[in-house]
Amino acid sequence: MNPDLPTLLFGRLTWEAIPLHEPILIGTFIGVVLGALAVLAALTYFRAWGALWREWITSIDHKKIGVMYVVLGIVMLLRGFADAIMMRGQQAISFGSAMGYLTPHHYDQIFTAHGVIMILFVAMPLVTGLMNFVVPLQIGARDVAFPFLNNFSFWMTTFGAGLMMLSLFVGEFARTGWLAYPPLSELAYSPDVGVDYYIWALQVAGVGTVLSGVNLIATIVKLRAPGMTLMRMPVFTWTALCTNVLIVVAFPVLTASLALLALDRYVGTHFFTNDAGGNAMMYINLIWIWGHPEVYILVLPVFGVFSEVVSTFCGKRLFGYASMVYATVVITILSYLVWLHHFFTMGSGASVNSFFGITTMVISIPTGAKVFNWLFTMYRGRIRFEVPMLWTLGFMVTFVIGGMTGVLLAVPPADFVLHNSLFLVAHFHNVIIGGVVFGAMAGITFWFPKVFGYKLDPFWGKCSFWFWLIGFYFAFVPLYVLGLMGVTRRLSHFEDASLQIWFQIAAFGAFLILLGIASFLIQLVVSFQRRESLKDVTGDPWNGRTLEWSTASPPPLYNYAFTPRVHADDAWHDMKHHGYVRPLDGFVAIHMPKNTGAGFVLALISTVCAFALIWHMWPLAVASFIALVGAAIFHTFDYERDYYVPAEEVARVEGERTRLLAAHG
Amino acid sequence: MAELTAALSQSVPPGATAGARFYERDYHPEHPTMLGFWLYLMSDTLVFACLFACYGVLGHSYAGGPAGADVFDLPILAINTTLLLLSSITYGFAVLQIQQNRRDGTLFWLAITGLLGAGFVGIELYEFAQLISEGNGPQRSAFLSSFFALVSTHGLHVSFGIVWLVTLMVQVAQRGLIEANKRRLLCLSMFWHFLDLVWIGVFTFVYLMGVLP
Amino acid sequence: MSGPGTSLAHTDDAGSDGPGHDSGAFHATLKGYLTGLLLAAVLTVIPFWLVMGKVLSSSGATITIILTLAVAQIVVHVIYFLHMNTKSERGWSFLALIFTLVLVVIALAGSLWVMYHLNENMKPVSAQQMRNMP
Repeated sequence: MNPDLPTLLFGRLTWEAIPLHEPILIGTFIGVVLGALAVLAALTYFRAWGALWREWITSIDHKKIGVMYVVLGIVMLLRGFADAIMMRGQQAISFGSAMGYLTPHHYDQIFTAHGVIMILFVAMPLVTGLMNFVVPLQIGARDVAFPFLNNFSFWMTTFGAGLMMLSLFVGEFARTGWLAYPPLSELAYSPDVGVDYYIWALQVAGVGTVLSGVNLIATIVKLRAPGMTLMRMPVFTWTALCTNVLIVVAFPVLTASLALLALDRYVGTHFFTNDAGGNAMMYINLIWIWGHPEVYILVLPVFGVFSEVVSTFCGKRLFGYASMVYATVVITILSYLVWLHHFFTMGSGASVNSFFGITTMVISIPTGAKVFNWLFTMYRGRIRFEVPMLWTLGFMVTFVIGGMTGVLLAVPPADFVLHNSLFLVAHFHNVIIGGVVFGAMAGITFWFPKVFGYKLDPFWGKCSFWFWLIGFYFAFVPLYVLGLMGVTRRLSHFEDASLQIWFQIAAFGAFLILLGIASFLIQLVVSFQRRESLKDVTGDPWNGRTLEWSTASPPPLYNYAFTPRVHADDAWHDMKHHGYVRPLDGFVAIHMPKNTGAGFVLALISTVCAFALIWHMWPLAVASFIALVGAAIFHTFDYERDYYVPAEEVARVEGERTRLLAAHG
Repeated sequence: MAELTAALSQSVPPGATAGARFYERDYHPEHPTMLGFWLYLMSDTLVFACLFACYGVLGHSYAGGPAGADVFDLPILAINTTLLLLSSITYGFAVLQIQQNRRDGTLFWLAITGLLGAGFVGIELYEFAQLISEGNGPQRSAFLSSFFALVSTHGLHVSFGIVWLVTLMVQVAQRGLIEANKRRLLCLSMFWHFLDLVWIGVFTFVYLMGVLP
Repeated sequence: MSGPGTSLAHTDDAGSDGPGHDSGAFHATLKGYLTGLLLAAVLTVIPFWLVMGKVLSSSGATITIILTLAVAQIVVHVIYFLHMNTKSERGWSFLALIFTLVLVVIALAGSLWVMYHLNENMKPVSAQQMRNMP
């Protein structure tokens, strides 16, 4: 059978893929195009294209890459939150004969996209961004172990997000929920491109994440400043180490599972199909072997943030450093032993369920130990209620509640009643918002002056915090109530009108969170406008305890003119109290890696290949794959990847800092 | 605040003890490349673990089709295993040449390794072609799906290894055994031996156990 | 992507005595490789012989033996070909390997255990059997 030329070239991509009949999507598309045009116009007007390419896109500087990750996370937060608002709106009005404004077909894509975006393209980039920026500075290094790979990882993540966003306007997204369970995600029940968009967006981003995991472990193991033994590392670095260990051992499971699902869809294999011996339950088993460590990947870094914030803003050494480290390591190992609690109801029976129920309850113990350590750090400290500390206090209350509902769900008989109800939805939002979001906000606010040289405006920061905190409870406590009453998740329409009031309260909560996000965006603008008055001159605006606060704000390209030598934990605190004097001359040339466009190009070709695979454009898929391999090989022939920053340049930069300090001292 | 500013901007000669205790003028951390590659191999181990797990769970789901005993050709397996094991040894000989900085010796043994690897892949492709022509391709049953997935993933890795090997041969021919090339050759060495290691699992767990009643 | 990324450590060509000149450096020897080859060959031939020659009557015994020999051969590869020991990379390589292997065992054993129970409990039953369920 000879396919005609358009089918050969374009696969199943036709003009019908553009959703002209969906007014919401067309409206969104117009908005996005206008926004994009505005950005392009601004870039052209300010002649910033060259700088954009040279200073940001091709940058292998961990500081720039960290900023770009956080920007990606914030942009995707807006998309993911738009999905949330749409769902809250629909669920608040769709009762009885009122059908709301979203068809089930559309609604199903929204909750799927919401989950994928929030976990993989908001939370992951935010924590990765924080770790990328902070860890090399905290260990006294000049960059990560593999700077080029860092750039490549970032672009793979971004292009993965881009593929997802593209599914809004070209084709559709999956309607399976964020984990795409078979048999629904198999070809028989989801023959359209949605699940394929899902698979390839995650595979592209997943490659970036695994490589970033390898990168940060190697960085922390090999590039620590002399004298910084493991037990003298800042707690944030410890949590970063454990997080990246989890990334390296968990993400391959996601890669393998999605690859097998892709084989089912593309080749006709029978891993998870209903027929010929396939077993859909195996997918669920495998995907949660990834999925549970994934949530710890999200939360461990923010535990690290809180440790830094609490000790800094209480003016005290963190209580129980060693137990914090052990607790983190124990959580890392145990997180691999609980995965079945996500499918107690699938039918593995009492003995299996009891084992995993017990391990799930056990894993809450080291987390509890951490909370006590933070509390003991605060006890008899001189607490400064700066905005990062507010986020931390909000976290402590909110996350503990969420954790407790988790322990409740860990009891299999209870879970049999509550699985896949709104109680579950409330629980995981409780821990993710209370934990990851509040932690990301704390971290961003805490390290912002280091990144940009000025603090964030505290008033708008407090607005954001209070709207988020109160909004969260209004949005999700009703869901706990509804879940206990037996309401199922992922529904776009209800018959029982007595439930409506709870959904309306939840919608109000979502509105408050919207104000919280708006406050944050306003905060960014206002802080930029007021940056002179909010300026961080010394590099240590909070009286910090760890090495990153010894650098200028923002740090120079090379981070440290001389590598620090460490003698105790809380190294910067130790330095300040033992007569540290900043060296003013005697600088040497510093060996640094060059910027490169190769990461961007390789990620772009990978994305073209992914797009071709989604739409069954086989010649393009093959050609782009060959191009990818070729480009990668070509890149390896580049041996001139580094250069030396001359000693005079180092002296000049350091001299500028000296002058700045003198002018404001 | 004032003390901090003072500490950061006071002029003290660079040899002074108070300051020098806290910094190192010219610090060179160790190369992270070998560790980084080892960590990547650990992640790859988990990919294979998932495929083995799938084979373990689905390996008896024959869907009325053939079982291992019906389709596994042990003599061919023996040849393949020998080729791969020998290729590990020949790569080892290449490493011995690298240690003695002998470029041509290195290139020679790399070439032999590549040929043995290509032989392995070729025989595997032949085996697959046989199976598919008999109607026993990966679409036949969950058992065959998981067999093909596991063995082809391994074979794809070997194929990428061969591409990498050829690339390195060109680079060594061009620039000789400079440090960067030595590091790359050692990473490929780890990769190659890792694949031989996975193959031990494959021939034992899949083929040999598969033909037993 | 072939080849390692740039590292920031000073590339010191002078005075290096061969590959892996930092911590836990290995030196491959011909003797080491030949010993490894011999051991690996023996550990390969025996399982093939046991299975192809149908030497033992019990499948269970055969399986146990060949799995044990496989593990032994993996250890041989790790020591003689990968030159790994507890000192490589200051012990981090060994730690990473052990940690990975523990998780592989958990993922493999856990999956087999869980899926066995799921398959047992979730077999299709007739309406009659459903009515008689406790």
